[in-house]
Amino acid sequence: MTAIQIAQLEIETDTASVPNSVQVRCAGAWTVQGIAPLEQRLSTLSVPSASKLAIDGSAISALDTAGAWLLHRTIRTLEQSGTSVRISGLRPEFNTLLQLIAARAGMAVPVAPVKVGLLASIGQPAWHSLAGFSGMLAFIGESAIVFLRSLAQPQRIRWRPILHNLQTAGFEALPITGLLSFLMGVVIAYQGADQLQRFGANIFIADLVGLSMLRELSPLLTAIIVAGRSGSAYAAQIGTMKISEEIDALRTIGVVPQELLVQPKILALVIALPLLTVYADVAGVLGGMIMASNMLDISFSVFLDRLGEALSLSSFLTGVVKAPVFAVIIALVGCYQGFQVSGSADSVGRQTTVSVVQSIFLVIVADALFSIIFNWLDL
Amino acid sequence: MKQPQDASAVIDIRALHTRYGKAVVHENVSLAVQPGEIFSLVGGSGCGKSTLLRAIIMLLQPVSGSIRVFGQEVIGLSDESALPLRRRWGVMFERGALFSSLTVAENVAMVLREHTQLSTALINEVVALKIALTGLPADAGAKYPNELSGGMRKRAALARAIALDPELLFLDEPTAGLDPLSASGIDELVKSLRDVLGLTIMMVTHDLDLLWRTADRVAVLDKGHILGIGSMTELSQLDHPLVREYFYGPRGRAAREQAWKKK
Repeated sequence: MTAIQIAQLEIETDTASVPNSVQVRCAGAWTVQGIAPLEQRLSTLSVPSASKLAIDGSAISALDTAGAWLLHRTIRTLEQSGTSVRISGLRPEFNTLLQLIAARAGMAVPVAPVKVGLLASIGQPAWHSLAGFSGMLAFIGESAIVFLRSLAQPQRIRWRPILHNLQTAGFEALPITGLLSFLMGVVIAYQGADQLQRFGANIFIADLVGLSMLRELSPLLTAIIVAGRSGSAYAAQIGTMKISEEIDALRTIGVVPQELLVQPKILALVIALPLLTVYADVAGVLGGMIMASNMLDISFSVFLDRLGEALSLSSFLTGVVKAPVFAVIIALVGCYQGFQVSGSADSVGRQTTVSVVQSIFLVIVADALFSIIFNWLDL
Repeated sequence: MKQPQDASAVIDIRALHTRYGKAVVHENVSLAVQPGEIFSLVGGSGCGKSTLLRAIIMLLQPVSGSIRVFGQEVIGLSDESALPLRRRWGVMFERGALFSSLTVAENVAMVLREHTQLSTALINEVVALKIALTGLPADAGAKYPNELSGGMRKRAALARAIALDPELLFLDEPTAGLDPLSASGIDELVKSLRDVLGLTIMMVTHDLDLLWRTADRVAVLDKGHILGIGSMTELSQLDHPLVREYFYGPRGRAAREQAWKKK
């Protein structure tokens, strides 16, 4: 590569021959790479007012639009301050370019970015989240209508996407859910063993692991894993489809996007999440059991005997019953955020993040509400 | 086919073979683009026009052959050593490929910021100038790409492609999806860019009007081979069924007559 040539400028005040005249000799490459050092000098170029300025451009070796713009801008500023400018010696093609730039200059107005005031910067997000809330309500309503309609006409239910979603959101989540739940059981047993041993209440390790896993931890853990795995995928999928106008295409074909994209996901998760939760229960208890036999010398059979006494059907059901509710929350939030995507690739990322944060938040809030309700009901 | 042996060529492709997986895209393709020329690639859908373009701008690694741009071999060139080369060309993608999270002005300014040391004020002015040069209204600069119509997006993409005043401009389907008025605006634009800025332009297009009005030389590609290279007039006398269909089909004839009337 040849070294970048730099634009040059020589200014000589030539008062001897013609009074009040300034000679400027431009040379070098007036190109986008070469004009940077010149910019500062030209903007501070001052000429005595009402004088004559002659620009000699014969030594300019290269001129591109950026260079021509700089030249044009300088000439225009000088002319506005009352200097008469004469340019000579430019190569014909450079002259054409300069004229083109001059012709287009009127249209070239840099647009300042819109400044947002303090009040507006508070008000806009507030309004935005309000609108988001009402949008969410409308979305829930629409989903409910689609659901009721497909109850009335069961042949409208799309089984293929439901099965597909069952596989991706349910079956393919088995390894990660099982592993994490197993580890959770191990951790609880590990933490609890020490405390229980102190009171000689070793056998209650089965109560501790069984109740905490079945009632609270495995439904919550599974929901959080699925929100991160599938809720985000829903948002990203629908968001990308929205950008590429696939959602609009569906509408024009006469397919309700809700029916094809949202309902199968909700139904599939409502089936998959309780199943995953039961699986997580088993994995968690297994983890606790292995830990109990390792640390407290409680054999598997003793552990299982105690587990049978400690757990009632209601403790199992209180856990599993939450799962369909969590499933609806995760699928609704994921799909809704997908539909909120607009325009840019940025937006897909943002709504995907929002979908995960929101669905985990709502799942935990729902879990708290369940605790209160179960407490009232003495379960 | 005669091998082009031209040292002064801006783009010189020799015996190029490319492949997508197992599908052979190009077989023994050779062509040369001269400085200041508007060179166009034509051919049916899926004949490898865009792939050839992608190979030249180093988005795709050919199997064998040689591609020299400004006399430098681009096949196997590292990103670092490709940088000076990349500064000398601009690319306009078929669907614009504007950065959707930036406004049009920011899209153009980004290139200037990345590669020059100009002040922010001057960058903004140059950006406004480029936007005006492509025939966009000044207020388009503050808009995001998704707020623009298809034709305006094309122009914005062109503004970004010429941000650095490249010597070589690649246009992928510059008029696809445009109304006839906007399309003929692009014709004029392409011509004036070449005439005033002295650009070399390589484009891929289906637009016969654009070809008749602007292209100096055209290469017809079919199934990975070059059927012929020459001016539109020369090609229209070529005796190959596909070429004849291309030029003498109903659309081809209308465009040719249009071009003759203009002359």
